[in-house]
Amino acid sequence: MAINVPFGAVDVTATEAARASWWAIVKDFCRRRPLGAAGAAVVLLLVVVALSANVIAPYDPEKVDFGAMLARPSAAHWLGTDAFGRDVLSRLIYGSRTALLVGFGAAVVGATVGAVLGVGSAYFGGRVDLYLQRVLDIFIAFPLIILALAIVAILGNSLPNLIMAITIPMIPRCALVIRSSALSIREMPYVDAARAAGFGHARIILRHMLPNVMAPYLIMLTSFLGQAILLEASLSFLGLGVQEPTPAWGLMLRGAAVDFAESAPWMAVFPGLAISLAVFAFNLFGDSLRDALDPKLRTL
Amino acid sequence: MWKYVVKRFLLMIPTLFGVAVVIFVLMRIVPGDIVELRFSGESSYASKENLAAERARYGLDQPLWKQFATWIWGLVRFDFGTSMWTGAPILQEIKLRFALSLQLAIMATVVGVLIALPLGVAAALKQDTWVDYLARVVSIAGIATPSFWLGILMILTLLVVFRWLPPMVYTPFWVNPWQNLLQLIWPALAVGYRLSAVATRMTRSAMLEVLREDYIRTARAKGLVEMLILKRHALKNAMLPVLTVTGIEFAFLMGGLVVTEQVFNLNGLGLLFVQAVTRRDYTMTQALVLLVAAVFIIVNFFMDLMYGWLDPRIRYR
Amino acid sequence: MKLKTLCGALVLAMALASAAGAQEQPRRGGVLRVAVASEPNTLDCHAGTTFTVVHHLAPHYSFLVKFDAANYPRIIGDLAESWTVAPDGLTYTFRIRDGVLFHDGTPLTSADVKASFDRIRQPPAGLVSVRQSDYEDISAIETPDPRTVIFRLRAPAASMLLNFASPWNCLYSAARLAADPRWPERNVMGTGPFRFVEHVRGSHWVGARFENYFEEGKPYLDGYRAVFMTSSSAMVAAVRGERAHAQFRGFSPSERDSIVQALGNKITVQESPWNCVILVALNHERKPFGDKRVRKALTLALDRYEGSKALSKIAIVKDVAGIQVPGTPWATPPAELEKLAGYSKDIAASRAEAKRLLKEAGAENLSFTYKNRGVAMPYEPLAVWLIDQWRQIGVTVKQEVVEAAAYYATLRGGDFDVAADFQCGFIVEPDLDIYKFQSSSISHANYSRYEDKVLDELYVKQARAVDAEERRKALRAFEKRLLDEEVHYIYTLQWHRIIPHSAKMRGWTITPSHYLNQQLDTVWLTD
Repeated sequence: MAINVPFGAVDVTATEAARASWWAIVKDFCRRRPLGAAGAAVVLLLVVVALSANVIAPYDPEKVDFGAMLARPSAAHWLGTDAFGRDVLSRLIYGSRTALLVGFGAAVVGATVGAVLGVGSAYFGGRVDLYLQRVLDIFIAFPLIILALAIVAILGNSLPNLIMAITIPMIPRCALVIRSSALSIREMPYVDAARAAGFGHARIILRHMLPNVMAPYLIMLTSFLGQAILLEASLSFLGLGVQEPTPAWGLMLRGAAVDFAESAPWMAVFPGLAISLAVFAFNLFGDSLRDALDPKLRTL
Repeated sequence: MWKYVVKRFLLMIPTLFGVAVVIFVLMRIVPGDIVELRFSGESSYASKENLAAERARYGLDQPLWKQFATWIWGLVRFDFGTSMWTGAPILQEIKLRFALSLQLAIMATVVGVLIALPLGVAAALKQDTWVDYLARVVSIAGIATPSFWLGILMILTLLVVFRWLPPMVYTPFWVNPWQNLLQLIWPALAVGYRLSAVATRMTRSAMLEVLREDYIRTARAKGLVEMLILKRHALKNAMLPVLTVTGIEFAFLMGGLVVTEQVFNLNGLGLLFVQAVTRRDYTMTQALVLLVAAVFIIVNFFMDLMYGWLDPRIRYR
Repeated sequence: MKLKTLCGALVLAMALASAAGAQEQPRRGGVLRVAVASEPNTLDCHAGTTFTVVHHLAPHYSFLVKFDAANYPRIIGDLAESWTVAPDGLTYTFRIRDGVLFHDGTPLTSADVKASFDRIRQPPAGLVSVRQSDYEDISAIETPDPRTVIFRLRAPAASMLLNFASPWNCLYSAARLAADPRWPERNVMGTGPFRFVEHVRGSHWVGARFENYFEEGKPYLDGYRAVFMTSSSAMVAAVRGERAHAQFRGFSPSERDSIVQALGNKITVQESPWNCVILVALNHERKPFGDKRVRKALTLALDRYEGSKALSKIAIVKDVAGIQVPGTPWATPPAELEKLAGYSKDIAASRAEAKRLLKEAGAENLSFTYKNRGVAMPYEPLAVWLIDQWRQIGVTVKQEVVEAAAYYATLRGGDFDVAADFQCGFIVEPDLDIYKFQSSSISHANYSRYEDKVLDELYVKQARAVDAEERRKALRAFEKRLLDEEVHYIYTLQWHRIIPHSAKMRGWTITPSHYLNQQLDTVWLTD
C-alpha cells in the first residue's frame, strides 16, 4: 500500500546520533518513552532466558514422565505438566529459543532482502522498478497461509524451511515500504550531484540511500519480529511448523492442550500468554522506536 | 486524474495473471497429487494403470502449458471448473462457505470499528495521559494476542464458567438469526479485537495529524465549541486513512481465518483453502487463490484511488 | 478349512453393552442423528477407500453376506438366505432371498449380483475398482436362475467368504449399470434398509426407511440424519449437547471422559480393541537398518506396558499387540507374547541388551529421522512416545511429518530411514492381516523393503494349514520371525475404539472395525 512519504526525511541525523554517546541515547529513550523502554526490557529478558535456557530450566523439556501426566501447577512443577508429564515451564523456557530464532531469523532476512529490493527498485527506476513492483504486488496479494503451506509442502517440515515460509511473505511488504522511502531520497538533489560527479551505483546506494532508509527499515524489522512469532505459532498450531518433541509455543497449544482444556487448562493458558507477551514487547518497543525516529511515518 | 485511474486499473490485470501463474506452478511443484491421495485410503491398492487412467481423466497427463491454457480459457468465460476432490462445480462449493466467511468478516469488522473509533479518538484527544497509554496498551495487546488462542480461551471460559457451548453447526442468518448470531459472535469478537487494535492505532495517529492542522487551530481560536470542531472537521478527515486500513484488513479476513475457523469449527473459506491444498485439489486451490487475490487487489485499487485523489504528489509518479 | 474359525461364535468385543438393551423389545420409530466428520468424495462403494464412504453408503445397500455385529466375527446372510462351498473350495453357491426390491421398485435378481461383482473384479475401461486384485481368483460368475449365483474360483482361496462379506461390495442394479457404468458415482440406489433422501453439501445427509425392505419389521428407525462437522470438538459438543446420538468412528479418551462427565448415565460407552495398529517400517535398504541388531535394539527399547497404561489415557491406543488383535482367536496369549523381543516386562534388561546390540553393530550414537504420517491422532502422541523411548538407549530421533498427499509416495519410494506405517482391516483374519509382511517381491505393501523366504514359507504354511493347531504353530513361528528374530517391522500398540453414544440408541454393537455395522438396520431408539 502507498505510504505517506516523509518530506523532511531523516538524512544525516542517523549518522550524527551514532557519534553521540550510546548511553545518553538509551537514558533519553527510557525517560521519554517509558512504554517502549518496558518493551525493550522484556525483549532483553526473553533473549536472556533463551540464551540461558539450559541453566534456568528446572527440567529437561523433552523428558517424558508418565508418572506425572497432566499434573496441576505445584511446587514441583510451577506451571504444571502436559499430557506426557513434561514440565510446562521448562518447555516454555526452551520454546523461547524457537520463538526468537524464528522471529529474528525471519524478520532480519525478510526486512533486509526487502530493503535491498526496495532501494534497488527505487534507485534504478524505470523498467526495473515497474517489473519489480508487479512481482511484489503479486506476492502481496497471495494469501499468506497458502504460501506457507505450499513452501512447507515443497521443502519439507523443518525449522529452516519454516523460517523461509515466514520470511517470503514479508519480503514484498518491506520492499514496498522501503521503496516509498527510498523514492523520496532519489529525488534529492545531492543524489543527482553524486551521479554527476561520477560516483558509482554501489557507492551512492550504500552511502546516501541506505542510511536514510534506516528508520523505516528498523521499524519494519521490529514490526516483523512480532508478526513472525505469531505466524510461527499459527503454523505450529496447524501442524506445519516445528514438530514434536521440540518445544515451541505454538506447538504447545495443539492437540492435547485443546483436548484437555477443561481438565488441564494450564496447558493452553501459559503458552498463549508467552506468545502474547513476546509479541507485545516487540510491538511496544517498535512503536516507540518509530515515534522516536520519525513520527510522520504512518505504518499499519 | 483519469489517466491515473486507468493506469492503476490496467495494472490489476497483469497482477492477477501473475497470481494465476504463481499458484498454477506452485501447486505442481508441491509433491504428491490427488490421484495418489484418492486411492490410497486405509484399505486399498490401485495399480499403476489405474492411477494413470485416473490422471488422464483429470487432464493431469497433458503438458503443463496446455493445462494452464485450458484453465485460463475457462476463467475468461467465467467457468471455474469442478473440484477435483468432490466433482462438484467450484462455484457451488465456494458459495456454500462464502456466506459464513462473509458474515464473519463483516461482523468482525463492525466489532473492530465499534471498539477502535471511540478508543482511538479518546486516545488522540487525551494524548500522553493515562487514557492514551491505556488505549495503546489495549490495542497492542490486540495485535499481540494470537486470535486462535483467544478463541480457545473464550470457549474454555464459556464451558467452565457458564457450562455452555455455542452452537457448532452453521445455520444461515435468514433461517434462524438467533442461532446464527449465537454461533458467530464469538469468533467475530476474537477476530474483531485484533482488527480493532490496528484500527485504533490508525485512528489515533490520523486524529493527531488532523488536530495539528492549521484550520483546527483557527476554529479553536474563533471559540467554537470543542465538540463541534471534532465533529465537523477532525473526524471527517481522519476517517479516510482509517477506512482504507479497515478495507485492507477486511480483504485479509476473507479466506485468511484458517486457524480461527479451526478453533471455532466453522466451515468457511479458510478451511476450504487448507482442505484444497492438502488434497492437492488443483482446480479448487487455484480458484480460491484467485478469488482472494482478486478481492485484495480490488480493495487496494480503490485505496490507491483515494490516496491519489488526496495527495497529488503520488499521482504523478 | 477356514469355515471352522469363521463359524466359531467367539465373541470378540470387550463391549460394555447396556444391560437393558440386551433384553428390551425394539421400538419402531424415531430419527437417528449422527455426527460425521466429512462427506464422501465418491458415491461409488467400489471406488471408495475411506470410512466416510462406507459410513454414508452402507444404509442404502445390501450385500451377499455380512458380519453379525452382535456375534462378531460370525458371518450371516444379508441378501443370501443360504450358501454352500464346494469341498474343493473352487465353487461358492449362494441362494438369494425372494422379494428383494431396489428402492425404485424393481426386483433384485442374480443378474444384479453378477453385474456388481463383475464390475468389482473386472471394471470397464476407465473405471477404478480399488480392491480388484482381491477378486483375481474368481474365474467366472454364473446365474443359472434368478435366485442363484455361482462363483467359480481358479484356486481355493480360504478368505474368499470374508471378501464376500466386505462392506465395500455394494450391490447395484444391473439395468442401471448397463445404461451407464458410471451411474453409481453420482447416484445412490440400492436394496438397503434406508432409501436415499438428500445430500446437502456442507450440511447433512438424510436417509428414510425403505418401506419395502426385504426384512419384515426392519429397519426400526423412521430415518436418520448425518450432520457434517468439521472437527472433533464439534462432534464432542454435539454428542454432549444431545444434538447427536452417536459418532461412529470413535472418540479419544479425553473426549469420552468429558461426554461422560457431562451426561452421566444418559450415555452408554462401548469400547473394543480396534483392528488398526501403527507399525514402524524400518527401511532395510538404508544403513544401518539393514543390520538386524539395530532393528532389534529399536524394538527392545520400547516399554510397551508402561506405554499402554499411559497412552491409553491420552490417545486411542491401548493393548500391547502382536500380529493379531488381542482377544481374537489367533492372537498370541500375553504370556507367550512376553517372550518376544520388546515384549518383556523387564524393561531394564531389554534396554541394556539394546545398548549392547547397538554397540556391537557399531551404531552407538545412532541418529535418524522418523517420518510420521500427517494425521494427529494417534500418530503424534505415538511419535512422542517412540522418540522418548529410543532416547533411553541413546538414539537421537527427529520427527518429520509428511502430509497425506506425499505420504504414500514416500513409503512406496522408500524415501525414509524409519517411518510410520499402519495396518487397518475390516476383519481380524491372519491371511489379510499379515499379508503385507511377505517379501517385497510378493507384497507391494511391504515398505520395509526386505526379502525373507522363510517368512514367505511360514505365511503359506499358515494359510494352507488344515487343522487349527497346525495353523497356530505356523502363526507363532511367523510372529517370532517377524518381530523377534528379524524384526522386519515393529508393532506399537493396538488402537482402541471408544464409542460413547446416547443411551437412547439401542441395537448397535461395537466391532473391532469401524467399517462394519453401519447399515443401521438393527438400531432403534427409546424415547
